[in-house]
Amino acid sequence: MGLHPETWLKVRENGLYCEPGDFFIDPSSPVDRAVVTHGHSDHARSGHRTLLSTAETAAIMAVRYGSDFAGTVQTLTYGEPLQISDVRVTLLPAGHILGSAQVLLDYGGSRVVISGDYKRRPDRTCIAFDPVPCDIFVTEATFGLPVFRHPPDHLEIARLLQSRDLFPDRCHLVGVYALGKCQRVMTLLRRAGYDRPVYLHGALLALTKLYAARGIDLGPFSVLAGLTPEQLKGEIVLCPPSALNDRWTRRLPDPVSAAASGWMRVRARARQKGAELPLVISDHADWDELLQTVEDVNAPEVWITHGREDGLLHALAKNGRHARALSLIGRDEDEEET
Amino acid sequence: MQHFANLLDALSFQPARNAKLRLIEAYLRTTPDPDRGYALAALTGSLDLPNAKPAVLRKLGTDQLDETLFSLSYDYVGDLAETLALIWQPTGRRNQPSPSLGEVVEKLEAATSNEVPALLTDWLDLLDPTGRWALLKLITGSLRVGVSARLAKTAAANFGAVALEDIEEIWHGLKPPYRELFSWLSGLGEKPDRLNLSFRPLMLAHPLDENELAQLKPEEFRAEWKWDGIRVQAVATGGERRLYSRAGEDISRAFPDIVDAMAFDGVLDGELLVAHPMEHEEVQIAPFNELQQRLNRKAITPRMLADWPAHVRLYDILIDGEADLRPLPFDMRRQHLEDWYRRESRPRFDLSPLLPFATWDELAAMRAGARAASIEGLMLKRADSPYLGGRIKGRWFKWKRDPLTVDAVLMYAQRGHGKRSSFYSDFTFGCWRDAGGEAARELVPVGKAYSGYTDEELQQLDRWVRNHTINRFGPVREVSPGLVVELAFDAVQQSNRHKSGVALRFPRIRRLRWDKPVQEADSLDTLLQLIPASKAS
Repeated sequence: MGLHPETWLKVRENGLYCEPGDFFIDPSSPVDRAVVTHGHSDHARSGHRTLLSTAETAAIMAVRYGSDFAGTVQTLTYGEPLQISDVRVTLLPAGHILGSAQVLLDYGGSRVVISGDYKRRPDRTCIAFDPVPCDIFVTEATFGLPVFRHPPDHLEIARLLQSRDLFPDRCHLVGVYALGKCQRVMTLLRRAGYDRPVYLHGALLALTKLYAARGIDLGPFSVLAGLTPEQLKGEIVLCPPSALNDRWTRRLPDPVSAAASGWMRVRARARQKGAELPLVISDHADWDELLQTVEDVNAPEVWITHGREDGLLHALAKNGRHARALSLIGRDEDEEET
Repeated sequence: MQHFANLLDALSFQPARNAKLRLIEAYLRTTPDPDRGYALAALTGSLDLPNAKPAVLRKLGTDQLDETLFSLSYDYVGDLAETLALIWQPTGRRNQPSPSLGEVVEKLEAATSNEVPALLTDWLDLLDPTGRWALLKLITGSLRVGVSARLAKTAAANFGAVALEDIEEIWHGLKPPYRELFSWLSGLGEKPDRLNLSFRPLMLAHPLDENELAQLKPEEFRAEWKWDGIRVQAVATGGERRLYSRAGEDISRAFPDIVDAMAFDGVLDGELLVAHPMEHEEVQIAPFNELQQRLNRKAITPRMLADWPAHVRLYDILIDGEADLRPLPFDMRRQHLEDWYRRESRPRFDLSPLLPFATWDELAAMRAGARAASIEGLMLKRADSPYLGGRIKGRWFKWKRDPLTVDAVLMYAQRGHGKRSSFYSDFTFGCWRDAGGEAARELVPVGKAYSGYTDEELQQLDRWVRNHTINRFGPVREVSPGLVVELAFDAVQQSNRHKSGVALRFPRIRRLRWDKPVQEADSLDTLLQLIPASKAS
């Protein structure tokens, strides 16, 4: 390794800051220059003067914040390098949601990969994570405990469809994050052979249309407007998690409330959400994927941005890797988009 | 096992009774013997398996994972069995199907506690996380999936399209995995014979609609007090004795004092009470909360037996020796009961007296005059009615005392479950308490209520709560004091579990007092004065 990255990549109040390139990665408040890994709101804030991301992430931000979400926007395709001062910046697929990227930084003879949020299992809505060997791997640890091992997606979707068979007079309401989880669940349903229209809460429509416009096959979908409870019996309806127990649900025929999230693995968490049918479907790496990814990129040193870092720190140290927690604030804690 | 695990998993997240019934029924329909029988046994608490202690699970966990990771995981999950289920890593995929519930139960029943860890290890390897969780729940005691024995039996009754009473009647003669029962429920076999010691379905009463009284003829009815205890059935034959609760649950173990006194051959119906001995072999019936000290206890101490002596006040006799008296009219059974009682001394038992009356007005006056805490109201029984299991129309009526009421202030609201999950429908109410000093008063919670309002009123309450929220604690909202509600309840009891020191029995909302200023709501003293004097502390 050349110049140790801790001399040029630093934790500031706003997040990770690359000094020689004078830019932040996923800053938590408006800055002059930002590189944004993906469109979830704890990573992509509006109001930066200049912003660098994938074209998909920029399109997502435009849908969420309006077209003036940043001063000037520059986009990169995956693998296309960009020189910022002496730093070479490359975006690589992270497999998290549409447009999600890892940020690869080459400077002073050393290489850092900031993975953003990522997962390793197949997802039809985005390109798979691309592991790149590096000196320092910066990772999340949302599910950084060995209790989190996500089951195969198709088994979880099968549970949803079985429940639908058992309760044909009710509708199934699935709480999903508007960006990523919603569209992934739709592709999983299609893959399981479900061909009815998927009904959406209004808050999910714009981003779902964006996914469809980007060529992702989601099958038929529509909002609920004009449908009677009678017509919705037996149907699958998606809504944001916050709407699961909201007054909005009163228009639905005795809904079975389901929630799709990695947190559903732990029963107390699932119960907190009031889900009758918790589905363990996550867009984050589980415990095995976190450890496997560190092996794949073979980094001698790992920085952990956020999540349950204690377990991961311990396991990495046992495997002879140097690991440290950055404890970036404002990330995750299971709110809207993990 | 995996199939059963999925059922437990679904049940544990399902709050609605009907949906639970549906889940269990679907399981019974799609699962062969003996698994479905063992499942019914597990759900009704009728399995007797060797228990694995928490230390055994912890050891299995730390064999899997280093101590630090195991502790971090356990801290996060908060449940030992669930933690172990989640962190378990099978040692190499074995080409072997996962065990059936029957296999698990039968092997565990035959195992010594030393053999349990090895069995568990094998099975944990073959099950998925949900399967492992269910297995560990099965072996660590209670399932806690919100299913009562009665609910599970109801699902079995629905599955076989028979009445719940028919199952309860034969239940205590049956043993897991209930092959005979399922053969009958599936329409393949005869109804299993009932055994002598089994529970006979109780005859139950309908609430009296006072408007109906005019059509009823006083001379056709008999009246007695409705005692405030729990309804029981005492069954004794050939030296064996059982005391059953109203739902047919065997509660003999909790009441050795009653069981010891059951020196007879027959089946009796009565009210279980706590009664303190007085002079001349009389007893004084204690308020319900003394009886509560005796319920749901694992260990019964001599002290409990002395402080809260149990007693049965008899209502009816179903069987005397060999004679089944149930087809006889009430008057003849009553005569039989009184003769039976006179035949020899019956410590711990006495008769619920009949109340002579000529007109409904006279009876109403007696009801209005009854002040004892041990009396819930009146029972009216048709003189000519046989003893029929279940709630049969027009035979028995309960005429409860008018409830007590208090004007209380809405303090907290919580969302309901199932159909009510988008409504704030569970409420906590408070009364005023002097907090010392001039005009310093504070509200203290006195009770919770989630019934008694109409659908329309629920909508109004929900809206009011949303507009007057001052604090949120997870699913609970605190509201500004502004709405008075008339709460109805059956009794007030002393309670050291509540800040206010009182607990209300069956509180429900009677009226929303939109008109009443909160300052005029009742004070805690009003409630304290309603607490009946109690002998034991």
